[in-house]
Amino acid sequence: MSGVAAGLTARLSVPGRLDVELVAGPGDVVAVVGPNGAGKSTLVHALAGLQPAEGTVRLAGDELTGMPPQERHVGVVFQDRRLFPHLSALENVAFGPRARGVAARTARGVARDRLARLGVGALADRRPGELSGGQAQRVAIARALATDPALLLLDEPFTGLDVGVAAALRVELAGHLAQYTGVTVLVTHDAIDALTLATTVAVLDGGRLVQTGTPHDVAARPRSAHVARLVGLNVIRDGDRFRAFSPSAVTVSVHAPDDSTRHRWPGTVRGAAPHGDAVRLQVHGEQDLIADVTPAATRELGLVPGRPVWLSVKETAITTY
Amino acid sequence: MTPAAPGAAGPAGPGHKTPEPGPTAPAAPSGTRFRRVRPRRDPLGRAPLVLVLPAVVAVLLLAVPLGTMVVATDPASLAAALRSEAVRHALWLSVVTSTAAIVICLVLGLPLAWVLARVDFPGRRLVRSLVIVPMVLPPVVAGIALRTAFGRSGLLGRPLLDLTGFAFPYTTWGVVLAHVFVALPFVVISMEGGLRAAGPLYDAAAATLGASRWLTFRRVTVPLALPGIAAALVLGWARSLGEFGATITFNGNYPGVTQTMPTLIYVERQADGDAVLALSLVMLLVSVGVLVALRDRWLVTA
Repeated sequence: MSGVAAGLTARLSVPGRLDVELVAGPGDVVAVVGPNGAGKSTLVHALAGLQPAEGTVRLAGDELTGMPPQERHVGVVFQDRRLFPHLSALENVAFGPRARGVAARTARGVARDRLARLGVGALADRRPGELSGGQAQRVAIARALATDPALLLLDEPFTGLDVGVAAALRVELAGHLAQYTGVTVLVTHDAIDALTLATTVAVLDGGRLVQTGTPHDVAARPRSAHVARLVGLNVIRDGDRFRAFSPSAVTVSVHAPDDSTRHRWPGTVRGAAPHGDAVRLQVHGEQDLIADVTPAATRELGLVPGRPVWLSVKETAITTY
Repeated sequence: MTPAAPGAAGPAGPGHKTPEPGPTAPAAPSGTRFRRVRPRRDPLGRAPLVLVLPAVVAVLLLAVPLGTMVVATDPASLAAALRSEAVRHALWLSVVTSTAAIVICLVLGLPLAWVLARVDFPGRRLVRSLVIVPMVLPPVVAGIALRTAFGRSGLLGRPLLDLTGFAFPYTTWGVVLAHVFVALPFVVISMEGGLRAAGPLYDAAAATLGASRWLTFRRVTVPLALPGIAAALVLGWARSLGEFGATITFNGNYPGVTQTMPTLIYVERQADGDAVLALSLVMLLVSVGVLVALRDRWLVTA
């Protein structure tokens, strides 16, 4: 497809829910991350034409603005997959080509090929109800790609899958996306998706993009509490700058530390959970912070929820940007 | 196991499964044979008599008349009834008109149900209310209403008569019209439920794959709603088979033309007690047949 080279330029606004500008080149994978209610699904539905939105969308040189979903060349993998339960996997995948006027026999050939490439060729005759979560998700991806869309929208593709299944599918999907020449927009709440699959990470909060950058850049210098939590960093806003530090750099004490060279915050332990070899404390205070402490320290200091503590960190452990 | 500080439980992680004894059916030690005990006792306690007694009375109220009718019917008269010309005509006319009515209900009702289920337009609630009205209307009144519209001097009936020389009243088509009028609301409302259950979400998925709404309707919506649509049609057919008030008001009771089973039973009810019983039993059998056809839909509730 020649027009694919133009990529995606979208300026979309849904009053009260979404107001974003998104630019992506061909082959780009844009991971959209953000807290619940940030407008991630609204963005996907607006790009697909399922959600009325103001603004403009240009995809592969075509003006999609105001176009019904049928005419946009956009493939969607819905969060709930939405495979047609009365059709076999093969007929589900062949549905798109057939709807676009391809002869039934040819469409089934395309579908067979797509299913095979996603490793579920042997399941072509099964109904969605007879597929496991991972298999169904592969069929859903095959269905979305079967129409050769210039834009592929993946809405939380690993939600509801077992951890192992999700991990395997993530590796596979990375391979498929690397070969895909269109633009991919991947909505996720998992930092690992954003870091392993994406070429660009776009952080959505309150319907607006608060940060866009390479996965490495966004992970190292998060500009929102949500991303900081996703990547496991403490981020403090200091005027118009951000200061980030790792939870392992944080010292926890019961009394206010005397050392004046350190930054100090009082707070209350809100939760504690195993994190690798350490225990990750969630501390609620003026700043909500996380701190990694040893299990021994947790016992000695009696760090149970409700316990007032002081957190401190050395200036040298802080990155400012 | 990750070492955790005592007391520092934090938000309990998933996967802390403690084996719980089942609430019912004590586990049998493996190897020994136990009679499988069905857990009949409700752990919440026995159902209160104040609810059980009225429930039993209700069942009896519904079942006893049907039972007595079966018992009172002389098998010989049933055979005779089935051989009688009038009965065969009436039964045939009932089946033909009900079937014709249900075909019309499908052709008109399915689109209306789809519009009500899928299209958001101003006045949708009003339209739905209008559709329901004939459902709660006494059928005799429905017959009168039909006469004012389609009677020989009715608003639509007169121009139709002038133009074509045809009038609905006292014809078999009039019977079909009365049946459609009475059955259509049931069919539409029931189908609408089926179409709603068949998920507008699938419509959205089909749209992103390039399917027009008409294609989506044919290949996604209708196949998914098929059990509901079929149930609606069977329900409508049964409703129309039993239709009496509107039919007799609008079409009279002419053997072979407008005399259906219910109207035949009505005229026979005093003349020949045995025949009426036999005829009624035939209708009961047909009704039970419908129920059997619908058993998966309505007799099994979640």
